[in-house]
Amino acid sequence: MELLNVNALKKYFPVKKGFSGEQLWLKAVDGIDFSIEEDKVFALVGESGCGKSTVARLVLKLTTPTSGKIVFAGKDISELKGDSLKTFRRSVQIVFQDPFASLNPRKTVFDTLSEPLKIHRLIKKKNIKEACIGLLKKVGLDPDVIRRYPHEFSGGQRQRICIARALAVNPKLIVADEPLSALDVSIQAQILNLLQDLRKETKITFLFISHDLKVVHYFSDTVGVMYLGKIVECAKTDDLFHKPLHPYTTILLAAAPKIKIRGSELEVKSGDVKLKTQNSKLKTVSGDVPSPIHVPPGCPFHPRCPKRFEPCDKIVPLLKQTLDPEAKGRLVSCHLWNPY
Amino acid sequence: MPTFLSHQEAERRIEKIIAEVWKRNIKIMDNHTLTYLVWRRLRRNRLAMAGGVVVVLLFLIALLAPLISPYNPNDIDRKHILEPPGLKHPLGTDDLGRDVLSRMIWGGRISLAVGFMAVGISSVIGMFLGSISGYYGGWLDRVIMRFIDIMLSIPTFFLILAVIAFIGPGIWNIMAVIGLTSWMGVSRLVRAEFLSLKEREFVLAAKAVGAGDRRIIFNHIMINSMAPVIVSAVLGVAGAVILESALSFLGIGILPPTASWGNILTLGKDNIEIAWWLSVFPGLAILVTVMGYNLLGEGLRDALDPRLWDVEI
Repeated sequence: MELLNVNALKKYFPVKKGFSGEQLWLKAVDGIDFSIEEDKVFALVGESGCGKSTVARLVLKLTTPTSGKIVFAGKDISELKGDSLKTFRRSVQIVFQDPFASLNPRKTVFDTLSEPLKIHRLIKKKNIKEACIGLLKKVGLDPDVIRRYPHEFSGGQRQRICIARALAVNPKLIVADEPLSALDVSIQAQILNLLQDLRKETKITFLFISHDLKVVHYFSDTVGVMYLGKIVECAKTDDLFHKPLHPYTTILLAAAPKIKIRGSELEVKSGDVKLKTQNSKLKTVSGDVPSPIHVPPGCPFHPRCPKRFEPCDKIVPLLKQTLDPEAKGRLVSCHLWNPY
Repeated sequence: MPTFLSHQEAERRIEKIIAEVWKRNIKIMDNHTLTYLVWRRLRRNRLAMAGGVVVVLLFLIALLAPLISPYNPNDIDRKHILEPPGLKHPLGTDDLGRDVLSRMIWGGRISLAVGFMAVGISSVIGMFLGSISGYYGGWLDRVIMRFIDIMLSIPTFFLILAVIAFIGPGIWNIMAVIGLTSWMGVSRLVRAEFLSLKEREFVLAAKAVGAGDRRIIFNHIMINSMAPVIVSAVLGVAGAVILESALSFLGIGILPPTASWGNILTLGKDNIEIAWWLSVFPGLAILVTVMGYNLLGEGLRDALDPRLWDVEI
């Protein structure tokens, strides 16, 4: 069943006026559509600054969209107020990228974890401490840390506390906004395993935002590739990694250091890595991401695209199912696959 | 010549050091609250500690005034007017034969009371207006900021003079007027803190968890923006003490016979050629008080600045 549906979502931020005096807009999210099935993991990948985090904030109703619709469990979230908003807050939670900024420095772990329980009156007062200890155990922390302050913890431990806070309300959907990218690699693996375990135990749906392709490959069911506020390709994880369609996806995959995944074990092939890195040197994307204030006309990727041809700088491609027999039915927004 | 330790001896020493480090580590970790970090930094700052000692002493004197003042501050003794400092009257007597030391002790009480009440009023107003202005933004913010600009554009001292001329002097009026005209700085500081803190992830997380505006403002942002408020409050006490003295000196603050450093100074001015002690001692008292609060305030500013924290364990 569909849990979250995002339809033509846009978020523009007003920026300084140009020389001629007209209002300029930073198009952080420029018309994206996707939906997440219950109990599945949808990953959004893309370079930094492509609008991934804005999507996270929009889905959580922390900012209001410029236009478009977000439907959660059958309800348009822009219409939520009072009790229905409270229910929504209880069903959707977020884990942020920076575990150092996402915990209140003046609150103990107990304060942080008990707050959602108190706000939603989920359990009786005398049981709150027990519940907090239960949450700590769930994320693999010692119950003794309950009286400590955030600055006494390492990044990985803080991220566990953040996850515990998100779990406190028994949410249906957790938006994980690059939860691993501020952590050491060894800690990343631990947190990723923790998320994987939670997924198996609790049937929580995830919107997983990341720029780390190997993590996405390991963790997600469906992937949306974002570029300059748009989703350029959306596919089942295996399909996408096996046969990327959009040139941007191809380049993104080639640019990432290769680690092959067999089953659930991470396995590095040393010979492979050498070969692939040599390849990727040739294949990295040339140039920088264009400014989201002055989005290139036509396909936003065309100035950097190695396969651009005549219509690319004139006609904006739409995200739709390709008719190409090689990849029938897959969603991609590229003139190569969708005849214009 | 260096002495070489035997292998066993060296190992024993290393073990001892490790044990010691381990012990201290745990001790420090247990006390590792932010208050403790601030206190540790403040303790190292000698000037601030000197200021702190002055502040504490003034507090004690004010609290214990009835016990430690040698005379009743309002007892008139016509046989001993304008007596220089001596054994009987350590700081001399004034033109009505009242003991200057006693009057100074009671005057200190008044000064501190006015200072703290005024700062209390200005902090509460400043924090309230600053927080809603920074948190909600928009037209509310613009209105409040313009109001602050208007308040700041009026010279405070003359405003106070004008208001006192209307409502009349007296300790309560002085407190209220000083408090109501000195909240603008706090308000701007709090607003700035709110502007930067409201976008921080822990605030967004609280919002996502379902916390309401009131909870977020008071429970999450306010407690993280207390540092500049505390500093400006401590510095504000010094300012309020000076203002109160100035008003009393001009005869529109604390009215005689109630003692205050300012109105003792007025007597000193009238008798400056024959009774230096009436000017020097209250002047010194004001100087020391203001210096004490300023040093403590500056020290707190440094101690509370997280950029200067060394969180070594």
